[in-house]
Amino acid sequence: MKTHLQNGQVIDDSVPQGDNEAVAGKVVSGSVIHIQNLRKEYASVAGVVPVLHGLNMEVMPGEFVAIMGASGSGKSTLMNILGCLDIATSGSYFLKGRDVTALDRDSLAHLRNDLIGFVFQGFNLLPRASLLDNVALPLVYSKVSREERVVRASDMLSKVGLAKYRDSRPNQISGGQQQRVAIARALVNRPKLLLADEPTGNLDSHTSHEIMNLFKELNERDGITIVLITHEVEVAAYAHRLVRLADGHIVYDGSSHIPQGDNEGTMSKNSTESSAAAHSTS
Amino acid sequence: MISAMLNEAWNSMWANRLRTILTMLGMVIGVSAVIVMQAVGQGAQQQVRESIESMGSNLLMVLSGSSTSGGGVRFGAGGIPTLTIGDAESIGELPLIAGAAPTVNETAQVIYGARNWSTQITGTAPSYFTVRNWDIAEGAPFTDSDLRSVTRVSILGKTVVDNLFGDENPVGKTIRIKNSPYIVLGVLSAKGQSLMGRDQDDVILIPITTAQRKLASSQVVGSVRFIMVQVRSAEVMSKAEQSIVDLLRQRHRIREGANNDFTVSNLTAMANTAAETTAVMSLMLGIIASISLLVGGIGIMNIMLVSVTERTREIGIRMAIGARGRDIMLQFLLEAIIISIFGCLIGVILGIGGALAANGVTGIRVEITLSSILLAFTVAAAVGVFFGWYPARQAARLRPIDALRFQ
Ligand SMILES: Nc1ncnc2c1ncn2[C@@H]1O[C@H](COP(=O)(O)OP(=O)(O)OP(=O)(O)O)[C@@H](O)[C@H]1O
Ligand SMILES: [Mg+2]
Repeated sequence: MKTHLQNGQVIDDSVPQGDNEAVAGKVVSGSVIHIQNLRKEYASVAGVVPVLHGLNMEVMPGEFVAIMGASGSGKSTLMNILGCLDIATSGSYFLKGRDVTALDRDSLAHLRNDLIGFVFQGFNLLPRASLLDNVALPLVYSKVSREERVVRASDMLSKVGLAKYRDSRPNQISGGQQQRVAIARALVNRPKLLLADEPTGNLDSHTSHEIMNLFKELNERDGITIVLITHEVEVAAYAHRLVRLADGHIVYDGSSHIPQGDNEGTMSKNSTESSAAAHSTS
Repeated sequence: MISAMLNEAWNSMWANRLRTILTMLGMVIGVSAVIVMQAVGQGAQQQVRESIESMGSNLLMVLSGSSTSGGGVRFGAGGIPTLTIGDAESIGELPLIAGAAPTVNETAQVIYGARNWSTQITGTAPSYFTVRNWDIAEGAPFTDSDLRSVTRVSILGKTVVDNLFGDENPVGKTIRIKNSPYIVLGVLSAKGQSLMGRDQDDVILIPITTAQRKLASSQVVGSVRFIMVQVRSAEVMSKAEQSIVDLLRQRHRIREGANNDFTVSNLTAMANTAAETTAVMSLMLGIIASISLLVGGIGIMNIMLVSVTERTREIGIRMAIGARGRDIMLQFLLEAIIISIFGCLIGVILGIGGALAANGVTGIRVEITLSSILLAFTVAAAVGVFFGWYPARQAARLRPIDALRFQ
């Protein structure tokens, strides 16, 4: 299996077997994420609504990518597909060289458990479980023994500075602390890829910087590939690369340290209506 | 894995204590109803079975008088019984007949020492013991020579012994029936209740000749109230019946076309009807109880469906971090199983208690068998799994993104 921590680098020699032979030949690079002509449509009462219009993107190991874009531009939709929570309508998605579109539900569950850590805007902790149990939950599904679960979960909790709260419930700690717990949970199974959908969206700016420093450390020290969605320029500045979405198209893909041509970070909240309207007429 | 899941199932059940208990209650009531009903039904069947066995097998009864359309019996002219000991002897000689015992009955006061007891005195012949398949527990039966010499001897039923003698051994003692002394030759083995619910052991058997001459007040000497007949095998019951009718019509010189002055009835057939009736009753009880078990199961399903809806977001979170459909399924199924198994256990305990209480309060016969408990348990567990399965599958089939977005 995987998971030897050497010099802070997660090494994974175990690729879940049995579903990727057909794909092996297509893998050209060692990219973590590789999407080609990815489309997503939703069926609604008004008919089929296209949300993602054929995206191409490649993310290499160790990258730290921020995705920005107006509300309704399709960021979460893309993220859910990248996280194997949702399935694209057409196009291909290779996750660590594996064709995700060809996988069944159980294999997708295995990928989510094994390769991906997901952090949500709303934290999404289980309210009845202790923080320790919350963090240990992914290990339950990867059949790790009870003793090891406790060891690794408490380890992870100490890493995010919450060791002394291990027996508390999520509603007994602050939002920033809850997000740290969610990050600990996302990392406990030593994923290659950390996906975060507006992880600082519910936090004040001070706490946001704390969380982002944690991400930065995970990326730089542990080499975890990170893709996160944000509306805030300061948050995006922590990333090395910026991908900008507008109406389901990638309109910018490059360094995150270019001068901001538009005022995305501040205007996104009130541009929802106009961008949704624009995209439905396009 | 399982231990973590059991722990989670417990947590979620504990978080919804009242709901869990109410769900369980449906199961408890269902299971205990099944057990009580089974116990009562089995008890009734067992009772009938024992009564039938105690009656003797392949029995016909020939009564004096013709049967009326109303089902009663009309005696011959002057109310005089038309059968005789001679009739019984002739019937006993028919080829299909194993034995025939003429009997007369009388209720009389019996005295031993300072105690007295009112009981049924049955005058009969020694063939009675074989026809009724009734053993002598102690002492010896009377014989044909007792009949010929009209001796005052008696065989006592168990109930009579208990009431007159207590722990004393009655064999050889002398009792007084209607102020005449009778020597006790033996004691009958216990038979218990008859199909009609009469205590068959509350009886004293004496030679029929003695009963006719020394005891009977109104009966004409030599007449017989009814004859118990044992047929050689069950297959020839109706043939034997016909041969008895033919024989008696001839003996009583009944002209062609005239009514019989006797009635032959098939006791075994009547007993079988009674057995069938109780079997049907027992089945009905079982069905009613099963319905309550079913209702309990639907209760489980209802609550599990609510629970799945309530916890859709939780399911989404679990799926997002790697739970497979079958992990989610197992989690919900486990809850349903735990509820039904605990419900079952409590139901079994309450059911046994209820059956014993029913027995204690009403004296109704109950029969609690391991098999009925196992049956109730298995059915209930199966009901739990069956009704838990659908909601669990609903949960497992959710798409992670839909479950996560659920508000
Ligand atoms: N389940 C769905 N069914 C139909 N349409 C949907 C569904 N989910 C999203 N959409 C549509 O897809 C578009 C993109 O939604 P998405 O959630 O990806 O936006 P976003 O970029 O994450 O916005 P925000 O910044 O507000 O989170 C929106 O127009 C939305 O209405
Ligand atoms: Mg979004």
